[in-house]
Amino acid sequence: MRPFTYERATDAQSAVRAAVETPGARFIAGGTNLLDLMKLEIEQPQHLIDVGRLPMAGIESLADGGLRIGGAATNTAVASDPAVRARFPVLSEAIVAGGSPQLRNKASVAGNLMQRTRCAYFYDTAKPCNKRAPGSGCGALEGLNRNAAIFGASHACVATHPSDMAVALAALDARIETLTPSGESRSFTILDLHRLPGETPQIETHLIAGELITAVVLPPPPPGGQVYRKVRDRASYAGGLASVAVAGGQVALGMVAHKPWRAAEAEGALASGASPAEAIARELDGASTLGRNDFKVPLVARLVAAAIGEANGRGA
Amino acid sequence: MSSVHDWTPTNPVKENRSGLIGKPVDRYEGPLKVTGTAPYAYEVQTPSPPAYGVMVGATIATGRITGVDIAEAEATAGVLIVWTHLNAPTQAPRGTKVHPRSSAGSKPALENDRVTYFGQPVALVVGETLEAATAGAHRVKLTYAEDHPDVDFRARLDAAVSPVGEEDVEIGNFARGFTESPVQLDQTWHTPIQNHCQMEPCASTVWFEGGKCVAHTSVQMVKPAQHGLAETIGIPRDDVHLMTRYIGGGFGGKGQTYDDLVLAALAARALGRPVKVAFTRQQMMHGTIHRPATVMRVRLGAEKDGRLNAMSMMTWTHCHRDGNFTEHASNFSRALYAAPNRLTGHRLVKLDLPGAGPMRAPGEASGTLSLECAMDELAEQLGLDPVELRIRNEPPTDPENGRPFSMRQLVRCLREGAQMFGWDRRLPTPGLVRDGRWLVGMGMAAAIRGNFLLPAKCSFTVDADGVITVKQGMTDIGTGTYTVLAQIAAETLGVPLGQVRVEIGDSELPPAPGSGGQFGAATAGSAALAAGQNLRTAIAELATGDEASPLFGGRPVDVTFQDGLVAIGNRSEALAELIRRAAPEGLTVEGEIRPAADAREWSQQTYGAHYCEVGVDPVTGEVRVRRMLGVFAAGRILNAKTARSQLTGGMIWGVGSALTEGNAVDPRYGSLINQDLAQYLVPVQADIGDLEAIMLDEVDDKANPMGVKGVGELGNSGAGAAVANAIYNACGVRVRDYPITPDKLLAGLIARGL
Ligand SMILES: Cc1cc2nc3c(=O)[nH]c(=O)nc-3n(C[C@H](O)[C@H](O)[C@H](O)COP(=O)(O)OP(=O)(O)OC[C@H]3O[C@@H](n4cnc5c(N)ncnc54)[C@H](O)[C@@H]3O)c2cc1C
Ligand code: SF4
Repeated sequence: MRPFTYERATDAQSAVRAAVETPGARFIAGGTNLLDLMKLEIEQPQHLIDVGRLPMAGIESLADGGLRIGGAATNTAVASDPAVRARFPVLSEAIVAGGSPQLRNKASVAGNLMQRTRCAYFYDTAKPCNKRAPGSGCGALEGLNRNAAIFGASHACVATHPSDMAVALAALDARIETLTPSGESRSFTILDLHRLPGETPQIETHLIAGELITAVVLPPPPPGGQVYRKVRDRASYAGGLASVAVAGGQVALGMVAHKPWRAAEAEGALASGASPAEAIARELDGASTLGRNDFKVPLVARLVAAAIGEANGRGA
Repeated sequence: MSSVHDWTPTNPVKENRSGLIGKPVDRYEGPLKVTGTAPYAYEVQTPSPPAYGVMVGATIATGRITGVDIAEAEATAGVLIVWTHLNAPTQAPRGTKVHPRSSAGSKPALENDRVTYFGQPVALVVGETLEAATAGAHRVKLTYAEDHPDVDFRARLDAAVSPVGEEDVEIGNFARGFTESPVQLDQTWHTPIQNHCQMEPCASTVWFEGGKCVAHTSVQMVKPAQHGLAETIGIPRDDVHLMTRYIGGGFGGKGQTYDDLVLAALAARALGRPVKVAFTRQQMMHGTIHRPATVMRVRLGAEKDGRLNAMSMMTWTHCHRDGNFTEHASNFSRALYAAPNRLTGHRLVKLDLPGAGPMRAPGEASGTLSLECAMDELAEQLGLDPVELRIRNEPPTDPENGRPFSMRQLVRCLREGAQMFGWDRRLPTPGLVRDGRWLVGMGMAAAIRGNFLLPAKCSFTVDADGVITVKQGMTDIGTGTYTVLAQIAAETLGVPLGQVRVEIGDSELPPAPGSGGQFGAATAGSAALAAGQNLRTAIAELATGDEASPLFGGRPVDVTFQDGLVAIGNRSEALAELIRRAAPEGLTVEGEIRPAADAREWSQQTYGAHYCEVGVDPVTGEVRVRRMLGVFAAGRILNAKTARSQLTGGMIWGVGSALTEGNAVDPRYGSLINQDLAQYLVPVQADIGDLEAIMLDEVDDKANPMGVKGVGELGNSGAGAAVANAIYNACGVRVRDYPITPDKLLAGLIARGL
């Protein structure tokens, strides 16, 4: 680990100011992702701004039936919140499908959205990786890439975003609220938070430097049942091979792309009366695979059809 | 010469007057471990502030180091030493044994510019703090001339040859027996590399004190570690005091020492202060040994009634370019089932991969994953119940060499297991049972693992407080050695458990072979029993010869030991009182066990049967174990709790082997893909449903004076096959390439139209 300096932010405004004024500064919340990466020197911040204790950990119900979740709220707090469990069960299910209780107790909502890929070549600093060392190549492209993306990947990077929570948020049409370094608040849909890798996989989001995620806002839940299903090698404490969040007619996929993947094609097909199987097949027409991850296509097809069926059952 | 018959007379363990033998007593060192106060090698308190060493691993698999730039590392704040092969202290050439009877030769670190596996330690950075050393280690810049690594095992099967000094074993005529069999099975299974993933990575803390090298390390065998270190750094063996008091898992991976030990010693000597060196979790994957991958071809030829005519098991496996280790996955099959025509053997290919070596139940753990599934497939072909097929092939004597079995209760394990598990509820046709979204199936497999006894010594001391101290150069790798030694001592001397101290893991104590091959408890315990019996004799003679003792004038053989008293009939006194008066300095005696000269006249194994119920999600190919039962026959059980933990731990390993565990090689780099425990998946709590291990009553008089056998590896043998067979019964898909992950199962499910 490289030596770094540390400060604990007391308010959001000073946090974003410090973030642009201090060279090599990064926010830290639970530290469950950032510290691991720093120990391996994959991340090398010179300065950490602890935003984990900023007064933005609350969960409040909104007049329209939605919910505002503070960026510093822990994953455990969100998953166990009565309003979340009652009205957004897909979010609760997605969060508890991730990590372990210990991790969820520490992990923040913003940190979860910003966590980095679990690609093994990204983690092994002896290997080429365009995300870690831009221009060095992609170790996974022709490597052991069972878990590579099937949507939106590029030759530069085939990694997936590993978050479970973000998949549910994508299905729920969540909006991200931020504070920019110039002190302005912004709000945009979660689908505009993460980027596809393109030629610059090291740039993972559309946030500007020093921009702080202050909250996630959920609009009122769409009508219909909600379900989160994650396929993984072991029963708990494992990254997914694929996941799906269904909220009424809204469907998002996880671990299939560089970002939580809203299955727009499938949704369109469903809306025009296609069966779940037909609908997801439509989405998967756009998939491309590398050999070792071929199985993700049938897996997603079966998983999504089953999950939509289950959600319909719950919604009825 | 000794004979197993010398072990027949009764002894305090067999008599078990206080009932301590077999009792599920808590771990002797349990409170230390659960309060985090057991000093593992890295946590040992040093006499002065230590420095911290961090190793740097090679980033190529094979080639030479051509450039070394340590300037930036040396300039890192707090860095004290930066060594590569260019400036490391001189060590004895590899394999040197100045002392001809050393149990290990020199193993120099940073030996030369040659890299023979990815991750090989190629530099050491020592700093004032772990952080300084780690920062320095990241700044060591090495350049390499890289050769193309030859690492793709499955692509190199053509290069495999018989291991040195080994030949295939054929009994009868396999080819004819197989061809003439009306029912035949010929299938091939694959198992991956497995990493030991001990909770405690390999680590050492070393300092020099009065000319002596005091070394704490995490190792399963004390003497080879002591000797190897002395030979490497060129000092007399007795000048190395090696200790390994608490070990956070070994599993065979700590049967040898690694560069952490030698480097800590060299740095401690150079700096004149204590030095700690540990592997990181990531470094453990490449820097220590692994269980090699296998390809196993099993051929079975049977009569229509299920009797085997012909059985063959051939294993292909790999080891390090300079090594010879062979995963003997075919060996166990030589003793398991009757068949007149038999062919077994191994083929080895040398690769530019890290060292292959033993891992918990070497041979059986991989081997049963093929043969025990082959038996399941054959049973289906024959329309026979898999339990019945095994019973029909139960041999009366060892099928390979005709020797009588010392004790074999395999059939009883099979039958009692079937009954307890409710095996009769299994439907032979796969895919018929559903529970919600899960397809449910049952599978079973037999378990077998050899049993061994090695030479060992032990000393017992009784002091003026009546406290018994057991001393032995034995190790406890988490298995329960401390505890069973305490039980044997307490039972033998008739004192409460609280009055026993156990000191192990120390090269200056009477030597014992350590932990491995599930020989630990039997070997160390038998030596302890001998020491206990000798101490009884010494105490009895003391009491009957002491005028002040109420036992005075009695016959030493009549003295009994119970409840802290020594007695003859109704004459008694407290053991402590006797010692305080008659031997205030205490009494110390040694005991010893040696294998009996005629022990090999019996075929000796431990046995078991696994039963497993799994759920398969037909949509996703996910498998979850719902319940599992193992029934085992492994001699007298010394401690029902620690033995059960060993067996269930082995079973859980089997679940991992079947479903999640394994590492894969990226042939471009010669490295393993999974480098931490977020990627290398061992089972977690949620993967293990209802799990039980039952131990049948058994005493094997041919094993050792106590009649105990090993349980440390038996649970692992066959467990994974039971899971695989249950998967088939659930959904009708056989995956013969472990681990059976959703991607592999899905292909079969789709092919079956599920
Ligand atoms: C072993 C293991 C298994 C895991 N398994 C799963 C899993 O199955 N599913 C899953 O979804 N996740 C999993 N995780 C990931 C875990 O969810 C994340 O590590 C966690 O959510 C990160 O939150 P944090 O608060 O600790 O973030 P930190 O580590 O503190 O920060 C992560 C990133 O977020 C940035 N950041 C933090 N706060 C803000 C903010 N307010 N605004 C802008 N940027 C910010 C930081 O700068 C940093 O780049 C696993 C992690 C581990 C270690
Ligand atoms: S897939 Fe992306 S993260 Fe993985 S090696 Fe390639 S560039 Fe790096």
